[in-house]
Amino acid sequence: MAFIDESRAPGLAAISAASPGDYLALLKPRVMSLVIFTALTGLLFAPRHINPVIGFASLLAIAVGAGAAGALNMWYDADIDAVMRRTRRRPIPTGRVTPREALAFGLTLAIFAVLTLGLVANLLAAALLAFTIFFYVVIYTMWLKRSTPQNIVIGGAAGALPPVVAYAAASGNVSLVALILFAIIFVWTPPHFWALALVRSAEYERAGIPMMPNVKGAGRTRLEILIYSIVLALVGVLPFVCGLASPLYGALSVVLGAVFIGLALNVYRVRSGEGADTCAMRLFGFSILYLFLLFAELLGERLLALAAGS
Amino acid sequence: MTTDRQPDGVVLTPEQSKSRRQRNIAIGLAVGFLVLLFYAVTIVKVGPGVLNRPL
Repeated sequence: MAFIDESRAPGLAAISAASPGDYLALLKPRVMSLVIFTALTGLLFAPRHINPVIGFASLLAIAVGAGAAGALNMWYDADIDAVMRRTRRRPIPTGRVTPREALAFGLTLAIFAVLTLGLVANLLAAALLAFTIFFYVVIYTMWLKRSTPQNIVIGGAAGALPPVVAYAAASGNVSLVALILFAIIFVWTPPHFWALALVRSAEYERAGIPMMPNVKGAGRTRLEILIYSIVLALVGVLPFVCGLASPLYGALSVVLGAVFIGLALNVYRVRSGEGADTCAMRLFGFSILYLFLLFAELLGERLLALAAGS
Repeated sequence: MTTDRQPDGVVLTPEQSKSRRQRNIAIGLAVGFLVLLFYAVTIVKVGPGVLNRPL
């Protein structure tokens, strides 16, 4: 048995020069931070108070599971990443980590995260985490991403599931509260990614990814961004309407939703020149702020309520 | 009699040695952290019942 794989470079031993930072990059740390943030909100909205140690371990397992899905995504999409400006510096395209190493790393972490969540929290949460990883890697990355312009619409479910997983970890079930948090992220995903896709459509075209602007055209994409933005503004108010959040959250969600629609209207109206790209990037940037502020307000209110003992 | 023998096997470059050492340290820290985490989780799950057993 050969201990060193020489098949890729005969005569030269394939010794890894990857740093721990390269492996961290495989986990998509920025996505992981968003997962932790939204999952923490789901965890605290559960009716049963979870022990802080169990809660921390559950959050860690969910974050690592999301990171593992990111690593498996980078393993499968290395060919696409190599031709796109945004992703060509990732560890696999630059050769710092081999695809096999990324695959082994991702699979190991995915199995470990699911087992840990099952042992620490409960089987429902572990099953949901396993489903999230499966959905992101197999349904989105391997299937939808390269085959339909609805890729990020359906695939967005994977990104929206972490608060549901965390809620299940704390409570042992899934309720309307968890589904509302899911819905906010799910509806937020299309306008967020399509705003970027409008600006980077040439890159997606070159990489052969059927994003909405490449397949249905920029005009149709602008219309769908506007429609999703209106739906998002309505869904964003749901936590207040359902009595989960204060009037302050209600007011904040209305204002932020109105700004979101306003920026989407600009994207719809300004269709050519540098102004069009500026409008799209403005919406893209604001969409991140929108999601962060809504969940920060929900999280803050929940922490205050827990501190007050309710 | 002495001979100028090349070392057997693979000789790592300084960069490979450095990155391997960094990876080993990272793995060590991760395993140590997991030991502490699983210990804490076990104590929380078992609770005071850990001492409640027939002698």
